[in-house]
Amino acid sequence: MKVEKTAVAGTLESSDAMVTVEPSKGGIEMELTSSVMNQYGRQIKAVVLETLEHLEVKDCKVTIVDKGALDCTLKARVECAVFRSCGKSDKNIPWGGAVR
Amino acid sequence: MINAVGRDIPNYLLKDGKEVYQGKFYMDGKYIQKVAPKTVRYEKPQESKIVATIVDALKQCGAKSGMTFSFHHHLRNGDYVANMVMEAAVRELGLCDLTIAATSLGEANDPIAEYIEEGKVIGLQTSGIRGKIGDVVSKGKLKTPAIIRSHGGRPRAIEAGEVHIDIAFVAAPTSDCVGNCRGIGGKSNCGSLGYAMTDARYADKVVVVTDCLVDFPNYPASVEAIDVDAVVVVDSIGNPAKIASAAARISKNPRDLMMAENVAKVIASTPYFKDGFSFQTGVGGPSLAANLFLERFMDKRNIKMGWAIGGICGPMVELLKKGKVGKVIDVQDFDLDAVNSINQTPGHFEMSASQYANPANKGAFVNKLDFVVLAALEIDTNFNVNVLTGSDGVLRGAPGGHPDTAAGSKCCIIVTPLIRGRMATVCEHVVTVTTPGDCVDVLVTDYGIAVNPLRPDIIECLDNAHIPHVSIESLKEKAYSIVGRPDDLEWEDNVVAVLEARDGTILDVVRQIRPYKV
Repeated sequence: MKVEKTAVAGTLESSDAMVTVEPSKGGIEMELTSSVMNQYGRQIKAVVLETLEHLEVKDCKVTIVDKGALDCTLKARVECAVFRSCGKSDKNIPWGGAVR
Repeated sequence: MINAVGRDIPNYLLKDGKEVYQGKFYMDGKYIQKVAPKTVRYEKPQESKIVATIVDALKQCGAKSGMTFSFHHHLRNGDYVANMVMEAAVRELGLCDLTIAATSLGEANDPIAEYIEEGKVIGLQTSGIRGKIGDVVSKGKLKTPAIIRSHGGRPRAIEAGEVHIDIAFVAAPTSDCVGNCRGIGGKSNCGSLGYAMTDARYADKVVVVTDCLVDFPNYPASVEAIDVDAVVVVDSIGNPAKIASAAARISKNPRDLMMAENVAKVIASTPYFKDGFSFQTGVGGPSLAANLFLERFMDKRNIKMGWAIGGICGPMVELLKKGKVGKVIDVQDFDLDAVNSINQTPGHFEMSASQYANPANKGAFVNKLDFVVLAALEIDTNFNVNVLTGSDGVLRGAPGGHPDTAAGSKCCIIVTPLIRGRMATVCEHVVTVTTPGDCVDVLVTDYGIAVNPLRPDIIECLDNAHIPHVSIESLKEKAYSIVGRPDDLEWEDNVVAVLEARDGTILDVVRQIRPYKV
């Protein structure tokens, strides 16, 4: 998928994460802040990159403000932000396909 | 050197007879040589000890660089006094190389972080360390490692001369003109002044700061004029709204209530739950709610609680007024119901921190305690508890009376949710050991109960009462299955805080955290 415009998913509530994706050229650029950075920073980074890979996003800037979200929440927020960024979040979500 | 809870204590800290933690009751039967302060004689009758400003009081007491000032935390998050004194000392008198020995420090004391960064304050001895002070100390900005003690460990250290207080500051809701202080009767009431008592007796100089001057004699006094050098009257010693909350309400959160009910069931299954039993609980959601369920079991068995200690708030005062507990004795009051009850409701008394929890006196109240119900930031599979550092390695808590009550009580119950956000409360290794596992008996979580294998007698009680329990390892695995296994924290070599066990041995150290960057 291609990130076409800036899109946001998630909140700054505890146990959630706010994920922003923006169009960019030249690969994935990540900015991460987290309330559990020291213990889970590496895992959050891995989950976000893996989710973008599943969605076949090659180029984007992704900003995550994490408030202690579980992996499943992070994954859902990244997916939603990407679908919103290309106007495909309202129907025909590929449940069981790219979204697992 | 590795200590009894498996923590590596740097050898350079083991000087002047300092030892590593060897297990609970290691110091039992040994002797303590108490020190005595050097104090001025006020032989000639004095009309009044009132001086105009804090600066004047500091000057009169011979304040100079390198001294140790003490504070107590009864005004909690509403405290203005520690900040006012430190501002006067650092900014107006230009003092430096100061050490603060406080019974606890909270977010109200954030301005002091600046003096640490500037190198004006070079030492901290406290129970609680939070907010900006916790942040700057965690970043290694304090010149010497902070020394963290429990509420019982502090009076022990003062009496043993391990900390010598040059000037003690008493934040007094009321005082008379010669320094008889009480925690009630003014406009910023806090109730008990129990933590200030040892300080006032062992400091060379004592300054009372009050915002409500009353007629002599302000009696019965918590801190007595015989120990006081000067009295300063200021506009306000604290923000009453933050000193004592409105009545502490019992949680309606069903998860808290479920855990609280299980705590009460565990208590009721043991042989210590009989007429006249003694009890302490924290004021966190599930701990406080345990009061409610305990009362039901007491009614059902037709028994009464003999006495309760603490940290006291409304629900315990209610039990006292209903005649369901014989006596309530406290070092600190958390809400207005408790503040307005101490020394007023028959059976509600005040005590010093030493009477409460000092392991080096001849029998503190904690030693007679049947049950204590406590919270935890983290608890590991050896039942070691951390209430000092966040799981990110930053200082943000306080041992308080946790290690003292856990060690003294016959049955110590930790109640905590299995996970908080993404943090596993039950984990493999706590960041910092503040209460050793050999003092902790039962863990109650929202995913099950675990009993310390050191207590087969309690396991039998639970089995007889058909209360299900699991291993603490299985709780840890459950937690990790939800939040994922956390990475190990990374640390620099330098020690930012030394955590003393209540007996004065070294239980753990906190090193400077090396933050993870993407």
